[in-house]
Amino acid sequence: MYPESLIAEIEERARQLRCDVVRMIHGAGSGHPGGSLSAAEFLAALYFERLRIDPERPDWAERDRFILSKGHAAPVLYAALARRGFFPVEELCTLRQLGTRLQGHPDRLKTPGVDMTSGSLGHGLPIAAGLALAARRQGASWRTYVLLGDGESQAGLIWEGALVAAKYRLANLTAILDQNDVQLDGPVHEVMPMEPMADKWRAFGWAVIEIDGHNVRQILEALDQAEHIHDRPTVVIGRTTKGKGCSFMEGQAKWHGRAPNVEELACALQELGNA
Amino acid sequence: MPEMREAYGKALLAYGAGEPRLVVLDADVSSSTKSGLFGQKYPDRFYNVGIAEAGMVDVAVGLALGGMIPFCHSFAFLVALRAAEPIRTSVAYARTNVKLVGAYGGMSDSKDGPTHHAITDLAVMRAMPNLTVVVPADSNEAAAAVPAVAQHEGPVYLRVSRAEIPDATPAGEQFVIGKGRLLREGRHVAIVNCGILLARCLEAAAQLAQKGIEATVVNMPTLKPIDEKLLLQVAGTGAVVTVEEHSIVGGLGGAVAEVLGRRKPTRIAMVGVKDTFTETGPYEALLDKWGMGVADIVAAVRTAIG
Repeated sequence: MYPESLIAEIEERARQLRCDVVRMIHGAGSGHPGGSLSAAEFLAALYFERLRIDPERPDWAERDRFILSKGHAAPVLYAALARRGFFPVEELCTLRQLGTRLQGHPDRLKTPGVDMTSGSLGHGLPIAAGLALAARRQGASWRTYVLLGDGESQAGLIWEGALVAAKYRLANLTAILDQNDVQLDGPVHEVMPMEPMADKWRAFGWAVIEIDGHNVRQILEALDQAEHIHDRPTVVIGRTTKGKGCSFMEGQAKWHGRAPNVEELACALQELGNA
Repeated sequence: MPEMREAYGKALLAYGAGEPRLVVLDADVSSSTKSGLFGQKYPDRFYNVGIAEAGMVDVAVGLALGGMIPFCHSFAFLVALRAAEPIRTSVAYARTNVKLVGAYGGMSDSKDGPTHHAITDLAVMRAMPNLTVVVPADSNEAAAAVPAVAQHEGPVYLRVSRAEIPDATPAGEQFVIGKGRLLREGRHVAIVNCGILLARCLEAAAQLAQKGIEATVVNMPTLKPIDEKLLLQVAGTGAVVTVEEHSIVGGLGGAVAEVLGRRKPTRIAMVGVKDTFTETGPYEALLDKWGMGVADIVAAVRTAIG
């Protein structure tokens, strides 16, 4: 149902976001490229197709809400917001600078379009459950989306939120899990294994859709499918590659939180087609 | 004697009746916190999240972002300590309109023992930028605080006691966040109270008067932002005694010392738990044994006036 042209357009957006991300983190001299790059297709699909939002009215009451629970991926969120028109693209180069609106991790009080402050892991899911409860309470039609990491899913808070969402059958909540299998100290499956991930969510009372998290068509179709599940919240588990798009970063824990130098930036941009 | 938690629960129910945005969360202790009074009347605005205090605070954050006014409840030590990081990040830093209610404040869950006593909650909550901290002295003040806390734009920590406490403040008065109250004026010393020891402060002042020591008594139900103007005014006596059902580290004593140290250095003596854990026992006896008796206030006054 999605024409090839739309898929190609969102894929191009994802490529553009990746270029923004490596430039921003290089410019800042610090930041988290790996988990920003793994989430590029999710952010592109959300901000350029799925989310009902208005850059002219970031606080529009009827907008869909998006929480970046894995807040260290702030660069890809900022890039998506800027490219979508929430603030000037030129501002992206102020990431992590003194006085900037683009804090190291998302700050809802500083950046237009950021629905919730994040950065300390685990909070996004219970907060999203509260938002979904508020929407239901008001009979509102907006949906709540939250992007989680698989390392982040080791936090107990995630599962406290999962219980609440299941108890209240929050079908207006969609979680997206960026399952890149790498966290700061190493592979997720070594640091603290989370498999069988899908079974855990099912056991907690969620609907589970498993996809390739870099396949834009699969992402869009999964998000549509989630809207048609009316008795439970849904988690879309997307298998991804940490550092996706920069071969020397892919799957490498050391690129969880490290800035590329000049040579590495040039290499990354060349591989990404230097948008 | 009136139970503060009962007065709080009734006030929440009454206020919530006229405020459809008010929602209530509890973590499996709603019959203890008395949030259940609201829950029974308005089950569709009541969310019991089970034994998950940190998650409860974040769920409340989401409700606040969605336009609701959430009051979330558990025991004070759990709200202020187990949920401290969600409060720091998602409530205080993100400045969300969440009302945190710490029930069983101080040692009021006396016989359950030190695991259930909250004697460090105020220190932790007071350290959070953006967070207002309210500690009622009795049932009247707890009931009056509910509308003020609900109408305040921004996050609040409200400490409620389990104990039966004699009312030392009048019923039906309007609660103004940030304002202390002068209850008695005397020229030798100022006794500054935060919380349920107010009646003991007044008793100590009466005993001191018989010995020729005239004490000012101030009630400070808003611990943060503290009423600096009133504090500076009463520090004119030259000696201040702080009285709180909390560790003397970081609570009212700390707050008063910070203000006076910066603006009007004054002799201070602190009445409270002396940087130690407590024990199981009957409530009044616990207060007396652990340094919060009338005799302790009288002794602290003698220390402060030197």
